[in-house]
Amino acid sequence: MPPIHFTVNGRRESVEVAPDTPLLWVLRDNLGLTGTKFGCGIAQCGACTVHVDGEATRSCIVPVSSVAGKRVTTIEGLSRDRSHVVQRAWIAEDVPQCGYCQSGQIMAAAALLAQHKNPTDADIDAAMTNICRCGTYQRIRAAIHRAAEEV
Amino acid sequence: MTARLELNRREFLELTGAAGAGLVIAFSLPGCGRERGPAAAPTPLNAWLRIGDDESILIVVDRSEMGQGVTTSLPMLLSDELEADWSKVRIEFAPAAQEYINPLFGMQGTGGSTSIRAAWMPLRKAGAQAREMLISAAAQQWQVDRSECRAEQAAVVHTPSRRRVTYGQLVAVAATLPVPEDPPLKDPKDWKIIGTRVPRLDTPAKVDGSAEFGIDVKVPGLLVAVVARCPVFGGKVKSFDATKAQAVPGVRQVVQISTGVAVVAEGYWPALKGREALEIEWDEGPNARVSSQSIAQLFAQRSTRPGAVARREGSADAALATAATRLDAVYEAPFLAHACMEPMNCTVHVRADGVDIWTPTQFQTGAQQMGAQIGGVTPDKVNVHTTYLGGGFGRRFELDFIQEALETSKAVNAPVKVIWSREDDVQHEYYRPASYHRLRAGLGSNGRPVAWSHRIVAPSIMARVFPNTVRNGLDQETVEGAVGLPYAIPNVHVDYVLADTGIPVGFWRSVNNSFNAFVVECFIDELAHAAKQDPYEYRRTLLANAPRHLATLELAASKAGWGSALPAGVSRGIAVHKSFESFVAQVAEVSVSQDGTVRVHRVVCAVDCGPVVNPSIVEAQMESGIVYGLTAALYGEITIDRGRVVQSNFHDYPMLQLAQMPKVEVYIVPSTDAQGGAGEPGTPPIAPAVCNAIFAATGKRIRKLPIGKVA
Repeated sequence: MPPIHFTVNGRRESVEVAPDTPLLWVLRDNLGLTGTKFGCGIAQCGACTVHVDGEATRSCIVPVSSVAGKRVTTIEGLSRDRSHVVQRAWIAEDVPQCGYCQSGQIMAAAALLAQHKNPTDADIDAAMTNICRCGTYQRIRAAIHRAAEEV
Repeated sequence: MTARLELNRREFLELTGAAGAGLVIAFSLPGCGRERGPAAAPTPLNAWLRIGDDESILIVVDRSEMGQGVTTSLPMLLSDELEADWSKVRIEFAPAAQEYINPLFGMQGTGGSTSIRAAWMPLRKAGAQAREMLISAAAQQWQVDRSECRAEQAAVVHTPSRRRVTYGQLVAVAATLPVPEDPPLKDPKDWKIIGTRVPRLDTPAKVDGSAEFGIDVKVPGLLVAVVARCPVFGGKVKSFDATKAQAVPGVRQVVQISTGVAVVAEGYWPALKGREALEIEWDEGPNARVSSQSIAQLFAQRSTRPGAVARREGSADAALATAATRLDAVYEAPFLAHACMEPMNCTVHVRADGVDIWTPTQFQTGAQQMGAQIGGVTPDKVNVHTTYLGGGFGRRFELDFIQEALETSKAVNAPVKVIWSREDDVQHEYYRPASYHRLRAGLGSNGRPVAWSHRIVAPSIMARVFPNTVRNGLDQETVEGAVGLPYAIPNVHVDYVLADTGIPVGFWRSVNNSFNAFVVECFIDELAHAAKQDPYEYRRTLLANAPRHLATLELAASKAGWGSALPAGVSRGIAVHKSFESFVAQVAEVSVSQDGTVRVHRVVCAVDCGPVVNPSIVEAQMESGIVYGLTAALYGEITIDRGRVVQSNFHDYPMLQLAQMPKVEVYIVPSTDAQGGAGEPGTPPIAPAVCNAIFAATGKRIRKLPIGKVA
């Protein structure tokens, strides 16, 4: 299998896997970046959300071959020290419960704020379709508004 | 299909030797103090506490963290008595061991909303014992009377001289001192941590991806397995051909285990591809003809026969015969999947000399026993490493995924992580039991109820898990929340018909309360309507002798502005329910659009759970319980066709999303009453509160869940 090259969290990576392998499993099984989670495998839940060239992307259905030459950012690369404005807002609102969906929620929220500096509730409703079984939605909304105020 | 580990409580206690079932405080752990080397590991002062000479405070959390906040609330209990510096507190999950047995279960496990109730005395006492030992160590060092010393912010202070020495400097000596039997506990007015909104200790690791869940476990040489299971419950492998599966690059081995065929590979993706290529012929067994229709028929038939009597006061039949008004209704609730965000998984290494299990489990003792059984070693050779749980909700009390990993690791002689796909997770569950309820009530001429009769037809979880607890056909758990009917009614009859369906059933957040609260709180609403009375006032009248129900009901109604005007098209519904020793009332504000779509705008929730450790966490648990119950009420339904589950993933088993999230307000009743749980009690009242609001809006009674679209 020919190697596939792309950038993850600023680092150049090269993997030799079946080209249809979803980006999610390359990140988790080949690169050891387990902050990105598996939830459904069909892009329904958003637990696997990463940024590909800055855009929120559900990595469980993206073949790794399609990110060749692109920039991927995962939760581990959002900041080095939880200093991203969304992470700080998440801490301030004490959002997570079980925490499993939160990497994806934070990546989705960070992408939203990169596009809308001050999102309305309707913008948040439309962008934040990630599933959380613990029901942290109310605190997620509050944290996004808090982050927007800080930006 | 699973060869299940079946233990009743007595066998369990015999196996674990915990016959007293009391919490064993192991104050004589090895390695105390004196044996410390130069790069000192923190010194244990008891089973839950280690203090480092760098002033670090490590608290061992012996309950599973599945979102409910035990990694914060349990350390708060100990830290307050210890006079710890909260900013220095770190946590570690407990191994499977005697001293970590849940005293309310007699085994090490997390569930039943027991964590705070079980730890309330033991963890505060452990903190107080350690504090007293540290004070004694300082008094010894200074050669002063210990009554002149006090603990303060992780140090001991000699009051007359104002000398101060930190815990880190004292711990080595303190660990050698006798453990005081009855240390004084702080007066609640002196609590500095308990009752406050300290931020959760697990939040930082959950915002940067570093929190380790079971699915994230890394072990050298780890292989990943995906298991093909018979789609029909109870079915077995007849034969299989692994040739094509083994040809998939990355697939290492294909082995048969008791639940099916495991494809073992270098990663999840090749394992999944390998499973797709596997050819299996199944013996589908006797359940292949079971369907949702056949189950509904079974329930309806059984409901005509008397069941095992769970509660009888007066004579409901006689009172019904002479009642001025009579109401009859049938209520139904479906099977439900837990749908934890983290699919089931378990990592195991079975070796000749022992077994390691890394898993997101709610049941450490069960995991350890199963590891011993399959690994062929004694339980002390089985190390259970509990990770964070990506949701639990009762699903992770089961051992099926642990058994699969044990059998697979043993078969391939390597460390193996079994990962379930979401489809596996939805289709091979232990479901919340489906149920069928026959209700009858009679009202007197003043509208007050004179008779209440409730027959429950449902499968029994306990019949599988603890069969000895089901006596004469009565499973006390299945009637929970129905026998506890709090309303003043002179003639009450509650009975239960056990109806097995072949579909595996298990503990689902709030368990049988989840359907009994729906039935009881909707039917009492029907009574209020028949009596032409306001549903809130009607309940109030009947709760005169149930003060904690009444207080939560009144608080919720007052905060919701019960009776005040609402925007056009919005209606209110109310419900109150006691479960897990806590009392929760909710008022839901709901509208129904022209196409029948139900929208819940606001939920006002009042809770009395006794003394509160962390109000922010209690509020979060109420929000969480409401979302869990609302998702089920609006959409949740597992249906069966030819012995198989029809639904498979979030596209056909949908979840509430942020856009549908109501505004939730939580109010805590100040209470010094007996403590209750928080993880589950928020779930039961939401379905009836919403259904009662739908009735207020449309005049249509929802007697069958899920609500779906209101025609």
